[in-house]
Amino acid sequence: MSDASLITPDARPGRPRKFRAATAEAAPARLALIGIALTGVAILILAPLATVFAEALADGWAAALASLTKPDARSAIQLTLLITAIALPLNAAFGVAAAWLITKFDFRGKAFLITLIDLPFSVSPVVAGLCIVLLFGANSLIGGWLVAHGLPIVFAIPGIVLATVFVTFPFVARELIPVMIEQGRTEEEVALTLGASGWRVFWTVTLPNIRWALLYGALLCTARAMGEFGAVAVVSGKIRGKTATMPITIEMLYNEYLSVAAFSMAAALTALALITLTLKTALELRHADQLAAIRRH
Amino acid sequence: MTDIAAPIRAKRVLPGFTLSLGTVLLYMTVIVLLPVLALILKGAEIGPARFWDIITSARTLAALRLTITAALIATAINAVYGLLMAWVLTRYEFPGRRILDALIDVPFALPTAVAGLSLTALFSGNGWFGQLLEPLGISVTYTIWGVALAMSFTSIPFVVRTVQPVLEDLDPAYEQAARTLGASEFTIFRRVVFPQILPAYLAGCTIALARSLGEFGAVVFIAGNLPFKTEIAALLAFIRLEEYDYQGAAAIALVLLFFALILLFVSNRLQARAMRFKER
Repeated sequence: MSDASLITPDARPGRPRKFRAATAEAAPARLALIGIALTGVAILILAPLATVFAEALADGWAAALASLTKPDARSAIQLTLLITAIALPLNAAFGVAAAWLITKFDFRGKAFLITLIDLPFSVSPVVAGLCIVLLFGANSLIGGWLVAHGLPIVFAIPGIVLATVFVTFPFVARELIPVMIEQGRTEEEVALTLGASGWRVFWTVTLPNIRWALLYGALLCTARAMGEFGAVAVVSGKIRGKTATMPITIEMLYNEYLSVAAFSMAAALTALALITLTLKTALELRHADQLAAIRRH
Repeated sequence: MTDIAAPIRAKRVLPGFTLSLGTVLLYMTVIVLLPVLALILKGAEIGPARFWDIITSARTLAALRLTITAALIATAINAVYGLLMAWVLTRYEFPGRRILDALIDVPFALPTAVAGLSLTALFSGNGWFGQLLEPLGISVTYTIWGVALAMSFTSIPFVVRTVQPVLEDLDPAYEQAARTLGASEFTIFRRVVFPQILPAYLAGCTIALARSLGEFGAVVFIAGNLPFKTEIAALLAFIRLEEYDYQGAAAIALVLLFFALILLFVSNRLQARAMRFKER
C-alpha cells in the first residue's frame, strides 16, 4: 500500500478542511447517496409542497383568493391566529420557567420532569384531545360546573387553546434547556454577588444570553400551534364560523369536495409554515454560536 | 469541587426556585396531569372485563393491527432513509446542502392536515405520482401503504435530527486510525461509526415509531378510513367519542397512551446513553 492512500483527501496539508468529511468513499458511492437523498426529498417533500399550490391555483388566482375571503374562511384564519396568539405567550412563559428550574437547580425528580416535558412528542394528539374532553366535557364534574356557570371549555375556544397548548408546550423549554445548560450558572451567580435582584439578573444577564434560542423555540411552537389538527378536531366540535380553525376548515371543505377552497386554505397554511422555516433557518445561520447547543444535545 | 464547596452547592444560590417550580407544576397539572388522570379514571371505571371486550372486539383489533403494522413499515423506511439523509448532510459538501438541510424540517412545520391532503392529491389516481403508479397496479391511497407513507412523512425529521448532531461530533481520529489499520470504508462504518451513533439512532427511531402510532391528521386524509381495512386506532377512538361511547374511546386511547409512554421511556433511556457515550 502506498503512503498516499493512507492520507484522506481532507487530511492533506495545506488544504483547508471545508467540511467534516472523515470518510473517503469512492466518488460513485458519494454521488449515489447524494442522488438518493435528493430524489427522496424531491418526491416526498418538494412534490407535496408544489401540489398544494398547484391545486389551489387550479382555477386561477381569483378563485383561490375569493375562497379565502369568504366569511367562514376569514373566521377560521382569525381563530387560528387568535389561538396561536394565546398559546404562544403561555408556552414561552412556561418554557422559560421550566428551563430556569431544570438548569439552575438540582432537585429530586428532575429526570422525571424532563421526560414528562417530552410527553406530547409521543402521545397521539387524539388521545390529548380526548383527555381534555373527559376532564372538561359537559358530562364531567369540572366541565359540568363550568358549563353551569357559563364557561364551556369543550366545543369552545378555551378547549381549543388547551388542546393546542398540550401539543405545543415542550418546544420553547426543549430549545432553552440545552442552551442554558451550556451557559452554566456562573454569570447569574456573579450578578447576584454584585447585588442585582433576582429579576434584574434574569432580564439583564439570562435573557440576553438566551434570546435567540427563545425566539427559535417560539418559531417552532408557532408553526405547530397554527397547524394542530388531531387534538383540536376532538375538542372543537367543528362549528363553522365559531370553532373551526384553519386545519379543521381544510378537512370540512375537502369532505364537501370543494377542492380549490380546501387547497387554498392549505396553501395559506403552507405559506405560513414556509415563512416560519425560513426565519428559523436564517436564525440558525446568523446566531449559530448561541444555537449550537441545541444541536449538540 | 472539594468538601468546602459542597455545602454551598447544596444550598440554592440563585433565586426563583419556588416561583419556577410553582409555575411548572401548576402548568403541567392543568395542561397534562389532570387530563391524563381523567382518562385513566375513565379507564378504571370501565372494569377489566369490559375493557378486554372493547380491546379485543374485531374492529378494534383490526384498527390496532393496521396502526402497528403501518407504523412499523413507516419506521423501517425512516430508519434507512433517515440515516442516509443524516449521513449525506453531515459528510458531504455539495451545492444545495443547506437547502436540503432546511427542507428536512418541512414535515415538522407543515400542518399534518395539509400533509395528508397533498399526499392524497399526489398519489390518487389522477395525481402526479398516482397516474404513474396505478397502471402498474400499485395503489397507495386508501391502502395500508398510504397510511405508512403519511406516517413516514410526519416522522422522518425525528430520525434525521437525532442522528445528525451525533454524527457531526464524532472524533475523526477513530476512523483515521481504522483506515491506517487497513479497514475498508464499509468496515469502518460498520465497526467504528455505527456503534457510536447506535444509541441516538435507536432513540430517533423509537420516537419516530411513537409518532407514527399516534399520527392522525396526515393519515385520515389518505387512508379512506374503511372500518376493518384502513381505519387507524386513533380514528376509531375519535369515532367512539363522536358516538358518545366514552368508555370505548377511553379504552382505545389508554392502549395508545400505554404504547406512547413505553416508547417515550425507552427513547429517553437511549438518549441518556447517547449523551454518556459522547461525554466519554
